[in-house]
Amino acid sequence: MSRDLFIRAFTLVFLGVIASGPFMLEAYYKELVMHMMVLGIFAMSLDLLIGFTGLVSFGHAAFFGLAGYLLAIVTPESEPISIFISLPFCLGGAALVALVIGWFSVRTSGIYFIMITLAFAQMLFYYFNENQELGGSDGIFIFNKPLVGWGDTQLLDLSNPNSLYYLIFFSLIVSYLVLRMILNAPFGKVIKGIKANEHRTQALGYNTRRYKLVAFVIAGTLAGFAGYLEAVTTGIVSPGHLHWHHSGEVMMLVILGGMGTLFGPVLGAFTLELLRDNFQDMTEHWHLFQGIFIILVVLLLPNGIASLANLFGRKKAAPQESMAVEKQSGEETPS
Amino acid sequence: MDLTTFLIQALNGVQYGFLLFLVASGLTLIFGIMGIINLAHGAFYMLGAYITYWLIGYTGNLAIAIILGLIIMVVVGYAIERLAISFLYNRDHLHQVLLTYGMILILNELQKIFWGTDFYSVPVPDILKGGIELTETQSYPIYRLFISLVCMIVAAGLYLLISKTKLGMMIRAGATNREMTQALGIDVNQIFAIVFSLGAALAAFSGMVGSPVSSVFPGMGDSILIISFVVVVIGGIGSVKGAFVGAMIIGLADTFGTVLLPEFASVVVYAVMAMILLWRPQGLFGKA
Repeated sequence: MSRDLFIRAFTLVFLGVIASGPFMLEAYYKELVMHMMVLGIFAMSLDLLIGFTGLVSFGHAAFFGLAGYLLAIVTPESEPISIFISLPFCLGGAALVALVIGWFSVRTSGIYFIMITLAFAQMLFYYFNENQELGGSDGIFIFNKPLVGWGDTQLLDLSNPNSLYYLIFFSLIVSYLVLRMILNAPFGKVIKGIKANEHRTQALGYNTRRYKLVAFVIAGTLAGFAGYLEAVTTGIVSPGHLHWHHSGEVMMLVILGGMGTLFGPVLGAFTLELLRDNFQDMTEHWHLFQGIFIILVVLLLPNGIASLANLFGRKKAAPQESMAVEKQSGEETPS
Repeated sequence: MDLTTFLIQALNGVQYGFLLFLVASGLTLIFGIMGIINLAHGAFYMLGAYITYWLIGYTGNLAIAIILGLIIMVVVGYAIERLAISFLYNRDHLHQVLLTYGMILILNELQKIFWGTDFYSVPVPDILKGGIELTETQSYPIYRLFISLVCMIVAAGLYLLISKTKLGMMIRAGATNREMTQALGIDVNQIFAIVFSLGAALAAFSGMVGSPVSSVFPGMGDSILIISFVVVVIGGIGSVKGAFVGAMIIGLADTFGTVLLPEFASVVVYAVMAMILLWRPQGLFGKA
């Protein structure tokens, strides 16, 4: 079986299994899968930065949590608000904050970029953590799920778990396709160029800082979308959504799954959540096993879980990409 | 704020700065010399505090507990470097971040298994109890002054070690140009192991002397880790001098922030960092 065929078959089975979820799964597992899909979107958005642009953001959870809080702020206690109002509002908010944070952050690079994104995320974390009107460290409830429709017409009832499940499933697929589209567009080629060699890309006449900023805003907005879906599903937002542990966790999903692949992070999200769910039942010391698992993957599977697909043959590199690929693999060979 | 309060807060800030410096100096040395981003550094701080609490139960003496604890931590640091970190020198920074993140999870969980989730306090030794009276109502605890003093001695020792000894020369050479140092016949791997265990011991020592003031609790490593990274980045990565200045800035900013802007206390530190990085993206003493 060739690599491409394997990936295609795997994707079909994977999507088929998820799509059949509402018919096969108990309520608890349905919720688990919804959570996995949301994390998958979140992780893909970070992959755009880490895996494709070469920007390691350690504050990505800020946008996830921010959009959730915006939903909590905009939703009245007594009646639902239309998703056509709340979604653009929350995504717009996340995008705006990403623009501000990104404007400052893309001026730095390397570990300084890691730290400055962390610093901004921590500022937002403490803002929400200490804001008593928004529930402080306990977080805040969202009393009504958004209304899909206008006024009295309702297209989809989100309080029905199955509708919500399919909405998230649909969102996951759309997010993937949109990111694919962005990456295949000229814009995507430029950001990949920035990752491979920023100076050369600059020398070709591209304003790399502006490209990095746009990538940062796109990723932040998509992270906000994931946070919005999470808030809709659970009906509560807490400062923990913005905590650096959360940023670290999603970074872990991306790297474990396989960065620079888009489907890798989704795979990472599903694998880790499944493991978590299984181990949590068996032992209260789940983190011990999680830690051991992470270390083993780093040592044994340096390119992430998605690289298991390479067992079915190597990726065929496109001619213009092959040099970058060679350079990369050359660097990673331990001497 | 009157002068006495100002003085007390300034002393607190300096003392906190010294503790931060001990953690941050190890972090910056490990990054500067080995090129490793060690997220588990905060966990060493936490382990230091817990080991002190545990050994004091047997020995009843803080000094003995600290000495025994340091020996344990040097061994632990050395073992971790040899068994895990040493495989990552030629890898991407991200892999190091991930591996050491996994290590945090393991160390935090081991801490919960051995010591549970309770808060513990470590008693201040009898000779260092009490305070120095500044006015009729306000006094300053002797133990806090003692911390600053001890940290100052350690910092001076570290300075001498790095700038005056042969080992220090090799460390500096390794930081400047790893390949060249290796070519001169110096066993860089051995130096890496020494630096890593030295850094682990410094972080643990900070947790040890700080434990009577801060109490011992789960998650104490996580918060100090992030603050130490802030310190390292402000000072410029790899620069011990920068770590010292950064630690003092953050120690004072945090202390005075808590007094002057209680609602925004936690934001102040990060705002200071963002401002410094915008002014000098490579940190105060970093090489561009």
